[in-house]
Amino acid sequence: MDALDGNAIAGLMLEVFGVEMTTATGVCSGCGASRPVAELEVYLRAPGTVVRCRSCRNVLVVIVQARGYNCVDLRGLAELRPAEV
Amino acid sequence: MARAAVRGRLAWQLATVESVNDETARVRTIELDAPEWPGHRAGQHLDVRLTAEDGYRAERSYSIASAPGEPVAITVERLDDGEVSPYLTEELRASDLLELRGPVGGYFVWDAPGEGPLLLVAGGSGVVPLRAILRHRRRAGSAVPVRVLYSSRSLDDVIYRSELAEPDEGVEVVHTLTRVQPPGWSGYARRVDPDLLAEVAWPLDEDPVAYVCGPTSFVETVAGALVELGYRPERVKTERFGATGG
Repeated sequence: MDALDGNAIAGLMLEVFGVEMTTATGVCSGCGASRPVAELEVYLRAPGTVVRCRSCRNVLVVIVQARGYNCVDLRGLAELRPAEV
Repeated sequence: MARAAVRGRLAWQLATVESVNDETARVRTIELDAPEWPGHRAGQHLDVRLTAEDGYRAERSYSIASAPGEPVAITVERLDDGEVSPYLTEELRASDLLELRGPVGGYFVWDAPGEGPLLLVAGGSGVVPLRAILRHRRRAGSAVPVRVLYSSRSLDDVIYRSELAEPDEGVEVVHTLTRVQPPGWSGYARRVDPDLLAEVAWPLDEDPVAYVCGPTSFVETVAGALVELGYRPERVKTERFGATGG
């Protein structure tokens, strides 16, 4: 399955964080690569949504929707910095 | 309603289908009347939610096809095994209601700044957000030079065909047809590759900005080739979609 990119989860990320997040910068805790969320790899059809580092494929974010809640796992991110508005 | 959306506000709203318009045999544009729409930027998305009688819900994200200030429209390609696109392209009629939320996204957007020429590269229905950009350029009175490179399988698969055939002043549209070409076709007839991009892309000294949208493999090829040509990575905006969109 082809990976999409962070543009595809703009709505989900806004729902979770309350601000526009595709322009936020994500820093991989594995390799240190830094990219806009829009440029990260996104898999929608895993159980839940999986976001991976485009450089080292480390799993950065997992979001699982269950019983109306979003369970958000950010452990692969060293940093997630919203863009300056 | 104030045009500036309240920060973080993202509620589902009901829109009424104003019209449906077939672009190709598989692609349809749906124009919507969304009374609570806060306005959008060229290149942004909206999310559509369908709810089945048993309560099962499916959500998909679509690029907005219209310019800021125009009625909200999406252009949807039918994927035969999809959950959402067959309904949107075959069942939905004018005056039907559709549940949506947005706009969302802030990366693959163009706000008609005065900078550098634009290179818009589309594969298939990746042309949708680029059409919003082209229409916004017109409405904003922008004179930024634009080249559009649009890859389709055949002439019949070209979305917005008549609109692209009459581009505004300063806009040049280059087609490539990758599978079937009509008799006498004088345009490109192959997949977008580095040589083709080198012929079409703006020279680097004009500090161009590129927007690339299409299937994942298409975007990887084009974005990689542009960076090889010397385009600065931060000036190559990308958006990927897959056959998993449904």
